[in-house]
Amino acid sequence: MKLPDEHKLAKRKMRGQAIAFWIFRILSYAIIAILFSILSFIIYKGASSISWGFITKMPEEGMTKGGIYPAIIGTLCLVAGSMIFAFPVGVLAAIYMNEYVKDGIIKKIIKQMTNNLAGIPSIVFGLFGMSLFVNKLGFGDSILAGSLTLGLLALPVVIRTTEEVLKAVDNTFRHASLGLGASKWETTSKVVLPIAFPNIITGLILSIGRVSGETAPILFTVAAYFLPKLPTSVFDQAMALPYHLYVLSTSGTNIEESRPVAYGTALVLIIIVLIANLLANGLRKYFGRKVKMN
Amino acid sequence: MYKIESKNVDFFYGPSQALKNINIAIKPNTVTALIGPSGCGKSTYLRLFNRMNDLIDNTRISGQVLIDNEDIYAKGINVDSLRKKVGMVFQKPNPFPKTIFENVAYGLRVNGISDKKFIEERVETSIKQVALWEEVKDKLKKPAFELSGGQQQRLCIARALAIQPSIILMDEPTSALDPISTAKIEALIYELKSKYTIVIVTHNMQQAGRVSDTTAFFYMGELIEHGNTKTIFTNPKIERTQNYITGRFG
Amino acid sequence: MKPFYKKFSEKFIEGLLMISGTVTSLTVVLIVFFLFKEGIGVFDQKPTENGYVIAVSKTNPLSKVAPEDIKNIYDQKITHWNEVGGKPDSIILFRLEDISNYYSDEAIGENFEGLAGCISRLTDSLPGIIAFFPEKYLDKDFKGKVLDVDKVSLSGFFMGKEWFPTAQPSAQLGVMPLVLGTLWVSLGAILLALPLGLAASVYMSEIANERVRRIMKPLIELLAGIPSVVYGFFGLVIIVPLIQETFNLPVGETGLAGSIVLGIMALPTIITISEDAMRNTPRAMKEASLALGASKWQTIYKVVVPYSISGITAGAILGIGRAIGETMAVLMVTGNAAVIPHSILEPVRTIPATIAAELGEAPSGGLHYKALFALGCILFLITLFINLSVEFITGRKKYNKH
Repeated sequence: MKLPDEHKLAKRKMRGQAIAFWIFRILSYAIIAILFSILSFIIYKGASSISWGFITKMPEEGMTKGGIYPAIIGTLCLVAGSMIFAFPVGVLAAIYMNEYVKDGIIKKIIKQMTNNLAGIPSIVFGLFGMSLFVNKLGFGDSILAGSLTLGLLALPVVIRTTEEVLKAVDNTFRHASLGLGASKWETTSKVVLPIAFPNIITGLILSIGRVSGETAPILFTVAAYFLPKLPTSVFDQAMALPYHLYVLSTSGTNIEESRPVAYGTALVLIIIVLIANLLANGLRKYFGRKVKMN
Repeated sequence: MYKIESKNVDFFYGPSQALKNINIAIKPNTVTALIGPSGCGKSTYLRLFNRMNDLIDNTRISGQVLIDNEDIYAKGINVDSLRKKVGMVFQKPNPFPKTIFENVAYGLRVNGISDKKFIEERVETSIKQVALWEEVKDKLKKPAFELSGGQQQRLCIARALAIQPSIILMDEPTSALDPISTAKIEALIYELKSKYTIVIVTHNMQQAGRVSDTTAFFYMGELIEHGNTKTIFTNPKIERTQNYITGRFG
Repeated sequence: MKPFYKKFSEKFIEGLLMISGTVTSLTVVLIVFFLFKEGIGVFDQKPTENGYVIAVSKTNPLSKVAPEDIKNIYDQKITHWNEVGGKPDSIILFRLEDISNYYSDEAIGENFEGLAGCISRLTDSLPGIIAFFPEKYLDKDFKGKVLDVDKVSLSGFFMGKEWFPTAQPSAQLGVMPLVLGTLWVSLGAILLALPLGLAASVYMSEIANERVRRIMKPLIELLAGIPSVVYGFFGLVIIVPLIQETFNLPVGETGLAGSIVLGIMALPTIITISEDAMRNTPRAMKEASLALGASKWQTIYKVVVPYSISGITAGAILGIGRAIGETMAVLMVTGNAAVIPHSILEPVRTIPATIAAELGEAPSGGLHYKALFALGCILFLITLFINLSVEFITGRKKYNKH
């Protein structure tokens, strides 16, 4: 058996590696290129529609002119409503999971159920919200029903991020506090939560980004096709940005003429997501550095 | 004629200097133990010989490391070929997620050997060399994870032997093993000496004393003393070495 | 008194935490309950519209008829009674608006007071007739025979090839085209996303330096954060016309468009999970491979990928799950034709898109409504299956790692 020639072999290996790495690099950059083409297309097309009037005016002339003010307000209401529900419940649930329950069957079940909930498609949340909140509890198509549906959807996200943050808090902090005679809740609320707080907020911001773009869960629980007035109570229907974009681009009366408004709406949605991501990343970095310095 | 020589070696992780002006010459077919407290640079030094430190970003070396009189950090040196010549055994047994057979055959395959018969023979001799053959010959197709820790480590040594290196680097090879497995590996090191040049990093003074011919004592990135193991252990020239060996610090 | 108060508040808070902890479990249970309560209800219903009857002549030996047969009779695919087990008479279709072909306006009466009698006589006189009309026009002594219609059957629901829930006189509730449409589009998506996603995760975890990785990671997160309706919109205005032009099609809304959009949307899931898995490959294992003279690339495909294969599989499966459950983007770009797809260049319709498109028009509690909930159940079960299989795959890995 003749051993392969050192130099030829080395050359062959290097060439194989170079080709493979180039392919991987190109494919990776292709993904980034896709992202930027989507973003830049929408920014380019939408920028001309966006003005102060666009975000402060009612829709006009069959939604081909005017602004998207009620949709923005509607989305704000839904985001606020869903977070008022999901944030405290999610954080408390995460605290329970991470600080209180011991490893065992109960923890396993809750964990599994949270995973299952996270895996349920958003349209199924829509079905559920409709049958429970809209019909059974009689909220009707309303901000309340929509917020609760969105809140349930966001719940696993809040729980998971918070849990991760809590897990990252070093156990020595807990032991030190418990060792000083503090109770479990005192330890959690006075020691663990303050340390974890900034990163919990990061999770909150990311869930806001997620919730503001969801369409399927609000289709049948709150979203109005066209509503020239603002909601006055939680039992009112409301317009919402993502649903507005859907309506404008598929089932509006003048699809072609309403395109500029659609581009503008898409841009507003993108901006919300961008801000949420940038803010979350910035916070993560800022507090990450601060913690390291301590 | 030395097998390994390092001349005025400095090594940096970013701005911090991990090794300072190290000069060592190692004769062929000897066992050299590198000892010293943790963080002293002995592992870093070991990993210079097969250029494992290349994998860490932002590192820099100056000086010369010669193997068979060739500067392994010179331009045009093929690192893969160098690593074929210099085998390595790690702290914890780290078999690949493959069968016992494929673990040992791995080095041959990645170096372009595909002759089935040749590979089978080489795998068998390598496993026999580490005295594992009787234990595994009936389960060569089983995953290597199913072996015990000590068996896994011997398998990893066999894996390194299969490509017939002339040098074997061992980075605390028994730190994760029980005393019986450790004894087996130490006996193996003694046997392998006739064919290979071995450099071993160890925390265990007794081990260094048992297996090595020469011992190098590192402290804070500097080589404090290098010499005959017996001399170092019984009559070190430098007080700090004595303090370490007798356990006054470490 | 103070210790008691403290102890009480501790207990109270723990209770509150526990309740919060159970909310997700409770929600899952409630979702299952509501979904299946309505969904299973579909099998308790007749596919004919409530308040309507189907009648034949008394001389007709049939007393029962399957929903598919009713549809085929009214589509005139079945033209003789012997094809459904009756006499060899040819079938005469009768809908309410046909009444004026047989009777004068006087006979029917101004307020349709004579209508019931007319229908009764007509059914009696034409042996080959099949009549579909509202129950309120069923005469007290009806001379014909009201047919019993089979309830929606499990096999008809799951194996049925036609989805036409508003069809008259009998709704067609075959989910086959929707299930196949969903799988078809998702399969296409994963075929596109898997090579790209794996390449990116290998690149990020093994090839790129830390600086590039630090830039790419948030960009991938951003890709995950873009709302699905924006993806749908982008697909609608860019990808759909592109496909239409490239393949010279009458419409660009096709399964392919859906696959492309879903593929992009599944990328972040695949990348993050498989990158994570690869980064978890022990450093010592990679070093062992390199120390044996393997190149970096050999180390990747011979050690890193096999080691993290369960994580990579989990990423791929979750990517498929994401694609299967996605609603809005698919709704906007696939054209939504409820037919069994034969090529990727035809419009298709997925389960989530069907629910989103039709629930608004389905009267609450009706057959159509329940059928859509049954679709929701199918979707729920698919995603549950996906979640559990991921659990199984990643769970087994831990066992392997001893």
